[in-house]
Amino acid sequence: MIVEVQQQYEAVIGIECHVELKTISKMFCGCPNEFGGEPNTKVCPVCLAFPGALPVPNAKAIEHMFRAGLAFEATIPPHSKFDRKNYFYPDMPKNYQISQYDMPLTVGGVVRYWMEDGTRRECRLTRIHLEEDTGKSTHVGSADGRLAASTGSLIDFNRAGVPLMECVSEPDIRSADEAVAYLETLARTFRELGVSDVKMEEGSLRCDANVSIRKRGETELGTKAEIKNMNSFRSVRRAIESEIARQIAVVEGGGRVIQETRGWDEAAGVTHSQRSKEQAHDYRYFPDPDLVPIDVTDETIARVRAALPVIPYERYVRYVDEYGIDTKRATQLVEDHALAAWFDRAVAASKNALATVAFVLGDLARLANESGTHVADGKVTPEALAELVALTQSNAINSKAAKQVLETLWSDGGSAKTIVERDGLAQVSDRGAVEAIVDEVLAANANVAADYKAGKTNVLGFLTGAVMKASRGKANPALAQELLKEKLGAG
Amino acid sequence: MNPLKDSARAIAREVNARTASAAEIAEAVIPQAERVDAQLAAFLQLTPELVREHARRVDERVAAGEHLPLAGVPVAIKDNMCLTGTRTTAGSRILENFVAPYTATAVQRLLDAGALPVGKTNLDEFAMGSSGENTAFTPTKNPYDLDRVPGGSSAGSAAAVGGFASTLSFGSDTGGSIREPAAFCNVVGFKPTYGRVSRYGLIAFASSLDQIGPFARSVEDAALAYDVIAGKDPLDATSIDRAVEPAADHLREDLRGVRVGIVKEFALDKLDAQSRACYEAAYADLEKLGAELVEVTLPTADYGLATYYLIAPAECSSNLARFDGVRYGLRVDAPDVNEMYERTREAGFGAEVKRRILIGTYALSSGYYDAYYVKAQKARTRIAEDFARAFERCDVIAAPAASAPAFRFNAKSDPVTMYLMDYYTIPGSLAGLPALSVPCGYAVPEDGTRPMPMGLQLTTPLFAERALLGYAHAYERATLHAEKLTPLTETAAA
Amino acid sequence: MPTDRIDIRHVARLARLALTDAEIATFGPQLGSLMTHVDALTALDLSDVPATAQVVPSRNVQRDDAIRPETMLSREAALANAPQAQAGYFRVPRILAEEG
Ligand SMILES: [Mg+2]
Ligand SMILES: [Zn+2]
Repeated sequence: MIVEVQQQYEAVIGIECHVELKTISKMFCGCPNEFGGEPNTKVCPVCLAFPGALPVPNAKAIEHMFRAGLAFEATIPPHSKFDRKNYFYPDMPKNYQISQYDMPLTVGGVVRYWMEDGTRRECRLTRIHLEEDTGKSTHVGSADGRLAASTGSLIDFNRAGVPLMECVSEPDIRSADEAVAYLETLARTFRELGVSDVKMEEGSLRCDANVSIRKRGETELGTKAEIKNMNSFRSVRRAIESEIARQIAVVEGGGRVIQETRGWDEAAGVTHSQRSKEQAHDYRYFPDPDLVPIDVTDETIARVRAALPVIPYERYVRYVDEYGIDTKRATQLVEDHALAAWFDRAVAASKNALATVAFVLGDLARLANESGTHVADGKVTPEALAELVALTQSNAINSKAAKQVLETLWSDGGSAKTIVERDGLAQVSDRGAVEAIVDEVLAANANVAADYKAGKTNVLGFLTGAVMKASRGKANPALAQELLKEKLGAG
Repeated sequence: MNPLKDSARAIAREVNARTASAAEIAEAVIPQAERVDAQLAAFLQLTPELVREHARRVDERVAAGEHLPLAGVPVAIKDNMCLTGTRTTAGSRILENFVAPYTATAVQRLLDAGALPVGKTNLDEFAMGSSGENTAFTPTKNPYDLDRVPGGSSAGSAAAVGGFASTLSFGSDTGGSIREPAAFCNVVGFKPTYGRVSRYGLIAFASSLDQIGPFARSVEDAALAYDVIAGKDPLDATSIDRAVEPAADHLREDLRGVRVGIVKEFALDKLDAQSRACYEAAYADLEKLGAELVEVTLPTADYGLATYYLIAPAECSSNLARFDGVRYGLRVDAPDVNEMYERTREAGFGAEVKRRILIGTYALSSGYYDAYYVKAQKARTRIAEDFARAFERCDVIAAPAASAPAFRFNAKSDPVTMYLMDYYTIPGSLAGLPALSVPCGYAVPEDGTRPMPMGLQLTTPLFAERALLGYAHAYERATLHAEKLTPLTETAAA
Repeated sequence: MPTDRIDIRHVARLARLALTDAEIATFGPQLGSLMTHVDALTALDLSDVPATAQVVPSRNVQRDDAIRPETMLSREAALANAPQAQAGYFRVPRILAEEG
């Protein structure tokens, strides 16, 4: 479709994502919350919904919800409860899902995020509620293992009952790129909070998107389609782009978008209709009589709030606005929260963020890569790096020596100062000492000096190099050059 | 001693004292249970091998110096409670071949206390019924008249103790399923406060109402059983974390200073002459024991049935969704999974269960939820408030356990008339209150000639189990009604 | 008239019950008359009455985040009652549509 036409429209997108919480045991039973394993080996009467089995909520999962909510400035209501969402599906053991309907654990809040180019955005949250995951069905009998044409399904309940957090956003997102950036920040933040590992490849973050379009400038919402089963950031981008294009095509073709659920077909790269509003489910939500209400005290909220870490967005803003680090490198740091934490300690000691980031994402990152050891697990302490930064800033050593010191720190650890002293790497900035060497060099290269005087000033580089060589790299290069010019009667 | 007649108290005393062995009790009770079962069809399954195995363990543990509160006491268990390795059917085709892979907490506590599991007893399918006729298997007969129902839903458990097949038995009560059959079978039936006894392993009917309780031939035995099974269970989030006051050793002999509430709305003139006379005599006996009778009012009592028949089916429609032919139980094959569900559930559930699933699904469905389910939950609040107000004026409420003695099989074909059987028991269930039925004499049914047992229902405030059992004990000791009738199972044996 | 008050076929579909025509014919009036009985509730003034989901006053009943091996089932035990199992999985007939 012609870009001009696309430009006339804007998309209105809301995202619902399900994130598996990081706990030792499942949401309502004592089975391990671990990915994979032999089918049906992490099960009990509760998560298999055997007759008579009863759920008991996992306190840790509930605490994770508070952490997630408070990190995004959500409200934690004083009262909450679990409800049953009733529908039949073979990988859902009870044929109802324990979820939360009208009294979620967290309400409202806002996700502040940034785009690749550094522009900052906000997306309001409607709610975050707690529920349980289903088992997994493998469709057999069809060549491509897909539902259509399968002859049956095999069910593994290891995942059934894993705690699941559902984050529902307001329709504040306007493009596929924003959707991805929003999800990346959610994922980073959940990792930072320790509430989830967000391993996409293990499906621990799954999302649906409500997409509608309208002509730019219009304010009321168009009819939305809900897109399901996008299981990577890449497929989120592709699915939303293709859905926006589809809706524009429908409208441009004189048709109207109908409210329906559409599945994303990764292989075909299109969404296809699954269920229209008419066939919508009647989930018959009602309070789960097997569980008692949850009351939340101000003390609990204060305790959780006090234990919150710095979230990636705050860190990103500090790096860019206070430290003046470019958005690309700021993002690079924030992406790796162990590295960012290490970096923060180094900056606290060095008081020089830019010089520090140059080392951390430069030589230090290179050394880390080569050895396959994370900077935070290496022998270089943030304090040692800060020392090194100080030594270079004060010209106590030159950049060549700095590289050498860093390599020694990486292999043996220890203090930068000590290494500089031990290996005699301190830069010679003593005028007399350097002058003596300069004199030697000029004496040994009289003809070159003559060339210089004759106007071939470009030989200065050669002479400076000779001085450095003679000083075994220790001479302060700036000083050496200054003296050479002096003696050659700079003109 | 006579292990078939003696009280649980007496049996445990002798086995702990080693003047009798659990092994000899086992050998006496096994043939007795078979004989009685042949007459009453009280059991869906007898478990003689388990009786012997546990008897062996009990004798070893006692020999090792352990004291077991139910040492060698025969117990029968309603077949909606799981017991590892035994078939657990809930009286339904859909679970006909289900073998439980785990044991219900209450059942485990009985076994740990030294009880001998005689068998799994018959019930209305998924505990939905008031006569026992809704079982998918052969209906249990009343030990006092084989042409009459034993009451329900805990039909087999009431009949097993009433017919002397077991010393104790256990049932579940959702709207009267322990109290009504206890009244029909001349035994004590006790429903503790909701949440007092763990529901873990009890196949759910209506989760916010279901409660396990004992049947016994004396209040003292019921108290003994209660002391064993009551208490917090980490596997049941609704079980109450509150110290249990042991009751068996704190029973009383009189009712001096006790205010007994008689509910205005439960006027006896609704009853047939004989039943009415029976209850009037019972109230008079309470007074003779020193109680002061006070009239109390439960203005919302008449709404109990309507409230119950929305809440219980709503919960049941969701609780029974798990019976889908995927993980266990019956499956009727079909080309696709949805049809498999529909055929399996159609073939696996009986009419009453289907009716309740339909009512509940309807009451929860979009457009009706507020009009029905939410309204019922609010009415439930009012009913509980009415009881709280009534208990400001009395210590215990006395009322009929059932409006009439046991009726004949197939006498109540219309569901609603059957539902009316629970008129007196449902309000207390909705309020979660502890209540029991204690034998209070007999009445000759209008359609019969043989006198049939009647039960007096006593209800106290939440958690007042000890007081409740105390009042019932005083009444029982003073009247000894249970001993005035002999079940056919015994006259036949004699 | 109570009889056709409830769309039994629709409700039966929601509940996954393949009722026979005979059942629909009998259940219809039965449920209708029960619902009529239930209408008694409309006589109650329940405005500003809180709803009761649980009669006992407990709150915040939770478990520590720990594995309880003693409550877990071996795969054999988990599958022992399965109508159809295959390679350690529960097997079901083909699923026609995605859900949830
Ligand atoms: Mg969800
Ligand atoms: Zn489990």
